[in-house]
Amino acid sequence: MKYDVMLCKIIAKKQLTADIFDLTVEAGELAKAAQPGQFAHLYVPGKTLRRPISICEINRAKETLRFVFQIRGEGTAWIAGACPGETLDILAPLGNGYSLGNTRQKAVFVGGGIGVPPLLEAAKHFGQNATVLTGFRNEESVILKEDFEKNGNRVLVATDDGSFGYHGLVTDLLNDLKFDVLFACGPSPMLKSVCKIAAARGVPCQISLEERMACGVGACLGCACRLKKDGREFYGHVCKDGPVFDSETVVWEG
Amino acid sequence: MADLQVNIAGVAFQNPIIAASGTFGFGREYGEFYPLSTLGGISCKGITLAPRPGNPPPRIAETPGGMLNAVGLQNPGVEHFIKNDLPWLKQQGTVIIANIAGNTPEDYCQMAERLSDTDVDMIELNISCPNVKQGGVQFGTSCSGVEGITAAVRRHCKKPLMVKLSPNVSDIAEIAAAAESAGANVISMINTLTGMRIDINTRRPIIRNNTGGLSGPALLPVAIRMVSQVYQRVKIPIIGMGGISKWQDAVEMLLAGASALQIGTAFFTDPYAPVKILDGLQEYLDKNHIASVTELTGEMIPWQP
Repeated sequence: MKYDVMLCKIIAKKQLTADIFDLTVEAGELAKAAQPGQFAHLYVPGKTLRRPISICEINRAKETLRFVFQIRGEGTAWIAGACPGETLDILAPLGNGYSLGNTRQKAVFVGGGIGVPPLLEAAKHFGQNATVLTGFRNEESVILKEDFEKNGNRVLVATDDGSFGYHGLVTDLLNDLKFDVLFACGPSPMLKSVCKIAAARGVPCQISLEERMACGVGACLGCACRLKKDGREFYGHVCKDGPVFDSETVVWEG
Repeated sequence: MADLQVNIAGVAFQNPIIAASGTFGFGREYGEFYPLSTLGGISCKGITLAPRPGNPPPRIAETPGGMLNAVGLQNPGVEHFIKNDLPWLKQQGTVIIANIAGNTPEDYCQMAERLSDTDVDMIELNISCPNVKQGGVQFGTSCSGVEGITAAVRRHCKKPLMVKLSPNVSDIAEIAAAAESAGANVISMINTLTGMRIDINTRRPIIRNNTGGLSGPALLPVAIRMVSQVYQRVKIPIIGMGGISKWQDAVEMLLAGASALQIGTAFFTDPYAPVKILDGLQEYLDKNHIASVTELTGEMIPWQP
């Protein structure tokens, strides 16, 4: 099985901030097949399209998946309203996750806002070799700091207003660090800047992208993103070719 | 057990549920869920003579009861399809329909000729794609356009020829009649309705192409009405589509006049939709002691004025 649809029972739920929720579901085979950086496509009653949500944590032994997601509209609000004991209709695991490579290398993870959760599982594999840089609007929106620390990761936080940690852009924190490999997920300007730094330092970098999506499996070609390979530009698709891409293959607009 | 088989223009389908072009790629992705022989047939992603890159993103927007898309016929070209996809598709135990689109009548004719020498079971003429400047809909919105392109392709096509109609016209029955008189063997209908959504913060259309094609449950009543109108006008079989997401919709579409059905956007909501629709259809037929699904076609009983 590569991916499948399953009714998954919610076994834990927490609200992390005003609009960010944390759900853990029993996912059987889906959890066993999942890789860090992959995503799930959640059905919402009455909606034509599923909601793509990144996988935050995978527990293969307990066969559970954890999702940390933000309310963005009616669909995600409905998911946030689901309670432990209820089931969610989940299509997973989808896409290509992070290629971790040698986990003894010095890795830096850069996450911005709701781009932070998909990094947690990948960073787990690097333990103390990983430094995790996370950026948020303010102290109230900081999430998952303790979870990364539980991984053994070193965590540095930046906030836009300086109410917690470093006052400024999360990417500023890269300046003083030495690393062999970069992993990132977050808003486009942040990713663009991470890619620039990776290129300047000659460090391999993988970034996770998002795009408005329909099928989730690579059939409808809806979630197009501009890529380049062997000097040729073309539209790839976030759901099947990504969501994680080598930074060198991504073409930025503008 | 009621018989679900249908025969459309000499092609035998094991059941009337066909994957709609553009929603199912070339089958491989949904083949992960169930054997593709579950389906009566697959109408493959629309292909063009040369590869097409497609439209810039965003290509998708959700709408009440449906979605807009403007993929823009991204495809690897007809030769790539014949070499890389068709041999695999032919092993899946289902009817394979090639959906073709072009910039000029010559493009369509050349592709029809090329595909006539292959194992595809049927050719679907896409003259209704609303998302490309050329390649489609300019041929599909007037009777003379439809008649011209259908007649031209007919001369080069040795396979059963299906013409896929656009709903973005004032009298779809006239258009269907034009296709029939020019030699179409089957009508498939309806393609998407052109629509638009606007981001109220940026004041930009959500879709980069500004407009997109509306599909999904919201389309169903429009499709049912149009199929019913065309059924009363032409003698050739109709493959009905537009918003079918559950078995009740399928029965409705058959009663309106369809001989078979295409399912599209429903895959995105539930990849198992065709399996559920087939189960429900089978049960409906058995419960009502209907021996064959073909007995439903056009059996709506209209109110008399």
